[in-house]
Amino acid sequence: MKTVLLQHPLLRPVAALLVLLLVDSILVPGFFRLELKDGHLYGALVDILNRAAPLMLAALGMTLVIATRGIDISVGAVVALSGTVAAMLIGGATVDAPMGMALAAGLGVALLCGLWNGVLVAGVKLQPIVATLILMVAGRGLAQLLTDGQIVTVYYKPFFFLGSGYLAGLPFSLYVVAAVFALTMILMKKTALGLFIQAVGINPVAARLAGLRTATLIVFVYVFCSACAGLAGMLITSNIKSADANNAGLLLELDAILAVTLGGTSLAGGKFSLVGSMVGALIIQTLTYTIYSLGVPPEVNMVVKSIVVFVVCISQSGEFKQLIKRRPA
Amino acid sequence: MNGMASGARGISSAPWFTSMVTVVLLLAMLGIGGAAYPGFLSLQVIFNLLIDNAFLLVLAIGMGFVILLGGIDLSVGSVLALSTMVTAWLLQSAHWHPALAIAAVLLMGAGFGAAQGLVIHLFRLQPFIVTLAGMFLARGLCYLISIQSITIDQPFFVALSQTQVPFLGGFLSPGAIIALVVLLLAVWLAHFTAFGRAVYAVGGNEQSAAMMGLNVGATRVAVYALSGFCAALGGLLFSFYMLSGYGLHGQGIELDAIAAVVIGGTLLSGGYGYIAGSLSGVLVLGAIQTLIAFDGTLSSWWTRIVIGALLFVFCVVQRVMGGRAK
Repeated sequence: MKTVLLQHPLLRPVAALLVLLLVDSILVPGFFRLELKDGHLYGALVDILNRAAPLMLAALGMTLVIATRGIDISVGAVVALSGTVAAMLIGGATVDAPMGMALAAGLGVALLCGLWNGVLVAGVKLQPIVATLILMVAGRGLAQLLTDGQIVTVYYKPFFFLGSGYLAGLPFSLYVVAAVFALTMILMKKTALGLFIQAVGINPVAARLAGLRTATLIVFVYVFCSACAGLAGMLITSNIKSADANNAGLLLELDAILAVTLGGTSLAGGKFSLVGSMVGALIIQTLTYTIYSLGVPPEVNMVVKSIVVFVVCISQSGEFKQLIKRRPA
Repeated sequence: MNGMASGARGISSAPWFTSMVTVVLLLAMLGIGGAAYPGFLSLQVIFNLLIDNAFLLVLAIGMGFVILLGGIDLSVGSVLALSTMVTAWLLQSAHWHPALAIAAVLLMGAGFGAAQGLVIHLFRLQPFIVTLAGMFLARGLCYLISIQSITIDQPFFVALSQTQVPFLGGFLSPGAIIALVVLLLAVWLAHFTAFGRAVYAVGGNEQSAAMMGLNVGATRVAVYALSGFCAALGGLLFSFYMLSGYGLHGQGIELDAIAAVVIGGTLLSGGYGYIAGSLSGVLVLGAIQTLIAFDGTLSSWWTRIVIGALLFVFCVVQRVMGGRAK
């Protein structure tokens, strides 16, 4: 029992998160205090969860892509693109489409992006990083072209509910994350999909020879990843009440990859942990919160983040643990 | 008929084919520009491509070696920014002699790259994630020095930024000449030295290279050190050009460097391509920008889209050709 616990893949990420929370509880007065104001729950923990929502969504999608030995570096561009499309439709000054339609259009764009990535990876057989690099470079350009480089401000009130509304005392964005997480968990655990994705990640050729439709699976994970990014784009756009093609979701793909790695999923594909990625996203957001609340200048944030990543990655490496045999990358 | 078809196939699967396509594309773009806009085809416009993109060329040369090795270096953009920042700080606040400051910055870049190479090699980590962390680290270090931009008014740097070296009836900047010299050295290094052969061998197949008795670890660390050195040198050229150090300099430029290498005909899977392709790749990127600037009616956002489209075309062409060659 003890060794099972010690060798559990979630041990390190959860421990890292707990250490961070412990540091916070000592250094930040009233860190764990939760208050009920006007039926809304307030407090540092709620704040961290709420702010981590887009990253958690992106990390969920990224986990599946990485599990198939892929990588999707276009996530930030997809966030910008889908947020822009939704914001433009919903009513800057000119168009006022119904909100449902605007959301559907934004998500639709994200799905198309995912399809494009998926076809390039599975159909044209480009390396995933190259395939998604194309959209990463061009996507933001497209979004800026749509808006003429302007920031689109949204005035439609109901739309704000998505990113900053409260439902039963908790931020609505958390429900979105919980729903997507639950759906993904069910898909991965209750159907064979999770097993198939692992099989593709461990050995794509063997998986194909065993009769798996690897190409379809790969297209699916990229579409799923983009859909998650699209949702994250809606949350971000709704939260800041505008779409900024230049800055929305900037470096989000990198944070998502970090979250997945911190959560213990290997970039070499195969075994993956959705819970781990959620914990990873929370580690990143808690770290940011800690740095800000300690009054440390925000510019230190990146240095601390990178050092944490180095430490976690090295501590997870086979060479370091000397448990796993050497194998060529 | 049959002979012609197989001849065409032979050419299209030759190693230099995609590199040639880039050169033809570059000439076509210059031709179109010359036909559409008077004054486009002057020698100076072409020299300006080099002057404006000298730092990118140097970055792309370093990136070319990393990609030939089968790796990737995402940290070059932020190392460039860090170099401009350290240069500016050493000159303006610490009042170092420029020669000393330049040497220190170049050493720092090489050291930073070597450290990344060591981590990648010792812990068998993916280059992607290590250089990603390196990217955050270097960018963060910039802001530790200052969150504001530091202007450089050191006389030697100002003089360098204003010098015009006469060349074939036009002029080049000292930065552009340094970049061209680095290119020549890099081509020599890649194709005429044991180090270059080791890079190609490791990129082609790491295991075979190790079995051949090549020192894979030393080669890898050296290549990342070289890339870090090039990034620092790129940063120096950038600070000659901009006369300032700033943590936001060169954001996303690592992607331009990767794009230039890919468009220049180097395979991202490693072991295949030419360092000289970096020049044609950088010039194609520069020509796109210049064409859009000359047109004047197109929004500048088109630059990103066209670069994306070109990347797409080149990757697919490489894929098709690569598949056929095997």
